[in-house]
Amino acid sequence: MSYHNPYTPPRKSATFDDHTLAEIRRAAATGIYDIRGAGTKRKVPHFDDLLFLGASISRYPLEGYREKCDTTVVLGSRFAKKPITLKTPITIAGMSFGALSGNAKEALGRGATLAGTSTTTGDGGMTDEERGHSQTLVYQYLPSRYGMNPKDLRRADAIEVVVGQGAKPGGGGMLLGQKISDRVANMRNLPKGIDQRSACRHPDWTGPDDLEIKIMELREITDWEKPIYVKVGGARPYYDTALAVKAGADVVVLDGMQGGTAATQDVFIENVGMPTLACIRPAVQALQDLGMHRKVQLIISGGIRSGADVAKALALGADAVAIGTAALVAIGDNDPKWEEEYQKLGTTAGAYDDWHEGKDPAGITTQDPELAKRLDPVAAGRRLANYLKVMTLEAQTIARACGKNHLHNLEPEDLCALTMEAAAMAQIPLAGTNWYPGKGGF
Amino acid sequence: MPVFDLSVTPLRELNSTLHGLAAGANDTAFEVINPRGHHAVAAGIDAPVTVDIKGSVGYYCAGMNDGGIVTVHGSAGPGVAENMMSGSVIIEGDASQYAGATGRGGLLVIKGNAASRCGISMKGIDIVVYGNIGHMSAFMGQSGHLVVLGDAGDALGDSLYEAKLFVRGSVKSLGSDCVEKEMRPEHLAKLSELLEKAGVRGIAPREFKRYGSARKLYNFNIDNADAY
Amino acid sequence: MCGIVGLFLKDKALEPKLGALLSSMLIKMTDRGPDSAGIAIYGNDIGNTAKITVQSADPAKDFEGLEHALRRALEVPVTVVVKYTHAVITLAKDKLDEGRAALTALRPEIRVMSSGDTVEIYKEVGLPKDVVSRFGVTDMSGTHGIGHTRMATESAVTTLGAHPFSTGADQCLVHNGSLSNHNNLRRELKREGMIFETENDTEVAAAYLTAEMAKGKDLGAALESAVDDLDGFFTFVVGTKSGFGVVRDPIACKPAVMAETDQYVAFGSEYRALVNLPGIENARIWEPEPATVYFWDHEKAA
Repeated sequence: MSYHNPYTPPRKSATFDDHTLAEIRRAAATGIYDIRGAGTKRKVPHFDDLLFLGASISRYPLEGYREKCDTTVVLGSRFAKKPITLKTPITIAGMSFGALSGNAKEALGRGATLAGTSTTTGDGGMTDEERGHSQTLVYQYLPSRYGMNPKDLRRADAIEVVVGQGAKPGGGGMLLGQKISDRVANMRNLPKGIDQRSACRHPDWTGPDDLEIKIMELREITDWEKPIYVKVGGARPYYDTALAVKAGADVVVLDGMQGGTAATQDVFIENVGMPTLACIRPAVQALQDLGMHRKVQLIISGGIRSGADVAKALALGADAVAIGTAALVAIGDNDPKWEEEYQKLGTTAGAYDDWHEGKDPAGITTQDPELAKRLDPVAAGRRLANYLKVMTLEAQTIARACGKNHLHNLEPEDLCALTMEAAAMAQIPLAGTNWYPGKGGF
Repeated sequence: MPVFDLSVTPLRELNSTLHGLAAGANDTAFEVINPRGHHAVAAGIDAPVTVDIKGSVGYYCAGMNDGGIVTVHGSAGPGVAENMMSGSVIIEGDASQYAGATGRGGLLVIKGNAASRCGISMKGIDIVVYGNIGHMSAFMGQSGHLVVLGDAGDALGDSLYEAKLFVRGSVKSLGSDCVEKEMRPEHLAKLSELLEKAGVRGIAPREFKRYGSARKLYNFNIDNADAY
Repeated sequence: MCGIVGLFLKDKALEPKLGALLSSMLIKMTDRGPDSAGIAIYGNDIGNTAKITVQSADPAKDFEGLEHALRRALEVPVTVVVKYTHAVITLAKDKLDEGRAALTALRPEIRVMSSGDTVEIYKEVGLPKDVVSRFGVTDMSGTHGIGHTRMATESAVTTLGAHPFSTGADQCLVHNGSLSNHNNLRRELKREGMIFETENDTEVAAAYLTAEMAKGKDLGAALESAVDDLDGFFTFVVGTKSGFGVVRDPIACKPAVMAETDQYVAFGSEYRALVNLPGIENARIWEPEPATVYFWDHEKAA
């Protein structure tokens, strides 16, 4: 007798899911690895896995607004003659003119200035507009040295020696031909329209013992005025932080794998580097072990989105944070109002990451004048300032609820963890217990 | 002429004096003695001053020089005249690695040998080396001229952009995307100008070979994957 | 990531000054490594005696009565000379292994820095000038020596973590750079019977050379195979009883400068380390080529 198989729904493989199948087909068709912008998209333990305890019978909160909760931060107090003082611990991370349009860079400068914080140049050099519109401008010193010159070093407010970034610890830069306009090509001294490869190591130093001499040279050229930051991707935060201190840095910038990039191989972004949460405690531990916590400031970046994230990073021991992707979103990146155009590009608002192709409907990650025109730098600057102020207010609200009159007085003991991973990474007890993986007792 | 004895005077004093020159300051010539391998000697010059250094220096001597004329009577450590903007730096002895790294202008003359990565990532500087140069020289060189009277080490001009390389002696091996190119009249003219400026006598431009970018790596193509 | 120095004497007249010259070279490299410092000195080979250099965290307690205890255990003359936290134990060559066994039994917590016919290794946490003065290195004489000032990269700042490392009789090694396959190598070397005391990548390099030389290779040949088997960035300066070797990895971007006159061969991470050497002005100065072994030996023609 014939046997009729009952209907069973088709089952896709968790290992070979849709995205994986598409990627294999893409590689087979193009023969080139996939390049994109932004940071890691996989889910990783993050600030959402931590909660603040707040006040109760034994801890008394501060009155909102009337009882002051200070948010100022001083960066570069170790050696710099002119340290930087910011009204808020939220700074704008390094993003280049080239990856971003001139209007976008201007908007970031305006917004940061309105909010009393700093912004940072990127792998391409300093533009006059950015310097003009930025009250406090950090000048990046990268392996490519594009546009590097002593005048810009001297008109900068701080210098950031970039050893690496969270999206690609150990990776060089890659900006494909479409985005090298005449002005970008001229600033970078490159032929127009080529795929620009930049080195992954600095041309004239390797290792922390050489870095110490390079930092001394930069100090001598700028007469010891400027704070010198050292930026590194999240890989060996304990040792990297200690080595940056030994090399003479004023400030350490630690960028987790959620930190965005303008253009890098997807395989790099998704498989190399550590999440931000895993980097903070070891870095703070290194500073404490050297007796330099608060003396050498720690800036954490990579996936900072709200005042809660800021408060949690500071509670774990950071002195300040930097935002990149979030700042771009605030000025209009991936905005649903451009949905039609995103779909024409085969994507959708919220997922657009081919920033290297220069076709950004929002006019931010592009050099096309027609697209760049869509971004009004003044209005976008105000949007960024609003967002920065909201984040600062949010962080203050949480800090007051924990009874702190300064954001820096937030402590790890104000927190509890919801997940094993976050508890282990941050060494914060699981909610309702005094235990985290690796600690005795329960 | 002011003399700075670095075995006695702190480096800070030398460099801040060199930076603080108001336009038309009367002292424009300086002498440095007992450098004894110090780092960042005469770094950050931004005025047409001459600095005569008696002895050998460490890393980044004449770093980011902009308009100064610096002479080192001895050898120079890594990164001499790195990121030079204009002016000239003359090394009587040998230079270590990364000589003239990322230089954007001016003239660097090395009368002895230069070690590896000479002219790495150069962006417009002119470098003339009387002796030999080490491996990976002119790596990612973007523009400017590197003239070598002696031999070159391995991987010369790896990942080259538009920098022009002239080598009189042998080349141990060429880096990826770097090939020998035909010497045309305008190159011979440029070469003799550079030799003249660098004080080279009795050596004819046609004794050199020219090397430049094959430009195969200018746009990514998987067929060149093995060159990466 | 550190500062390394080495000095190989060709002119016997300089031997009384080896300690002084090497100390001044090392002190010049202080900024390259603030964490710890060490020096290996190859003294003169006096008759059939051998030396064991040991270190103790509590020298007063450990070295008290050690000479007497060793004499009784080995029934041979033994001398113990204490220098700060180290002690040099001198005994008959044929009693070396027995001596080490007795030492472990009598004083289990003290650590052996080196053993062999002529080498003595002094290393401690702290700055070169302090380490040098505490051990009185400037008054030492000998035929060749190496030194190191360390900025710890991926392991703890401890005495044991300091260089030079010695994993074989009269052998020692200092390293500037950072290896990238040392964990795999350590596992293999452990299977071959090598013992490790630290997490340090440099200890793996030293043990690798010892294992290669145990297979019959001389120092030069062992360094040749190191260039292929070790990965990452490294500049090594290596000492054996009569040999002195230098090698850089194929990428060769960690600094290295050498100087040679008819009196000596010298190595420094920076030229600065060489400025006080006699006749340095007209010495031959060069930077070691990548993946090239430089090797001198007192036994083979000077």
